[in-house]
Amino acid sequence: MITIIDYGMGNLKSIENAFRYLGVETKITDNPSEIEKSKKLVFPGVGNFGKAIENLKKKKIDLAIKKAIEKGIPFLGICLGFQLLFEKSEEAPKIKGLSIFQGKVSRLKKAKIPQIGWNQLKIQKKSKILKGLKGGSFVYFMHSFYPKPLDKKIIITKTNYGIDFCSSIESKNIFGVQFHPEKSGKVGLKILKNFVEI
Amino acid sequence: MLAHRIIPCLDCDLEKPGGRIVKGIKFKKIRYTGLPWELAERYYKEGADEIVFLDITASAERRTTMVEVVKKTCQKVFIPITVGGGIRSVEDAQRLFRAGADKISINTAAIQNPRLVKKLSKTFGSQAVVVAIDAKNRDNWFECSIYGGKKFTGVDAILWAKKVAELGAGEILLTSMDRDGTKEGFDLELTKRISKSVSIPVIASGGAGKKEHFLEAFQKGKADAALAASLFHFGEIKISELKRYLKEKGINVR
Repeated sequence: MITIIDYGMGNLKSIENAFRYLGVETKITDNPSEIEKSKKLVFPGVGNFGKAIENLKKKKIDLAIKKAIEKGIPFLGICLGFQLLFEKSEEAPKIKGLSIFQGKVSRLKKAKIPQIGWNQLKIQKKSKILKGLKGGSFVYFMHSFYPKPLDKKIIITKTNYGIDFCSSIESKNIFGVQFHPEKSGKVGLKILKNFVEI
Repeated sequence: MLAHRIIPCLDCDLEKPGGRIVKGIKFKKIRYTGLPWELAERYYKEGADEIVFLDITASAERRTTMVEVVKKTCQKVFIPITVGGGIRSVEDAQRLFRAGADKISINTAAIQNPRLVKKLSKTFGSQAVVVAIDAKNRDNWFECSIYGGKKFTGVDAILWAKKVAELGAGEILLTSMDRDGTKEGFDLELTKRISKSVSIPVIASGGAGKKEHFLEAFQKGKADAALAASLFHFGEIKISELKRYLKEKGINVR
């Protein structure tokens, strides 16, 4: 059973559909105690960093997420749900992120913004969620910002868009991806399946 | 590197059972093909990078809704889905996003109320807001039309493209009314001029008739993506073949 965190930021239906297609049950919830008690967590989201933190606090989900992560529950942040794990973002400079990781979220430069479309993964190191994937695999991105982890060792893939940016991480039980696995065809479904099988 | 995208467009007539796909020539409809979600799944399997659904229903009588079409499609299709046609408010957009759409595309409502572009991008993020521009060549300028090409606005397409980018649009879906359905190739001048005027991605549309046209759209037109309908619907070009061709020609495709 996969628990999908609902905090009013974007399309959860596609993520639910992707897991259903893989034959995995899902539950969408905004209840902090359900989040803390879940077996596996997916933290999706599109939209504004500041608004997202505001929603998380209003629903008291921010603390539940931190507790779940501390407990060691496998956790997958997608797109904005990945960015929110860092300390702050250029998108909302006065707002403090969840600060699970040190580092900030920056705006893309030197290319058309937002980055919309299929781009390639340059694999930096082995990861449980990359099992069976080749370097150069295409995944779907829709974003204007990207996280810069202070601890470079957690970076599992980079992607080039004007610059080489961090497109996914693994650190203990925490996974984060800047792209949308639920919209990345077979490659994306494989990543989600890998997460289910952890 | 970011790949150039190939996007099949499915024009849906919701008055017909299941919202059948229509293919038009120069903005006038003619033939019917398959059901939207079945065709979308076929394209997904053939390697389409995205799917665009356009609601082109003329009648007020509808046997199905775009929300239903999106819901059915999203169960089996795991690439981005854009929906356009008849979206006039944040609420209309919200319903489609909830059903599983990733982007919405607006034209008429944007021209009539440019603030809607800003409102939508603030609410859902720029990446979810596509502004469609249907442009007609007027010798030394391009004029925007609305209501599916039925009404001309006097608005200059290049100025309008810059304006919507400022308002927060994440992409421009640019259709040449002169080329639409003709199979004579994309309007490269229009595409290039718009693409050079804005810093957001541009999807070229209207006129695709053979593989070479896509190559031109990327190389000469500077398009980020290219869209076509009938060419794919009637099996004249397979998406997988088209991508193989583009790859051979040195275009980065998925």
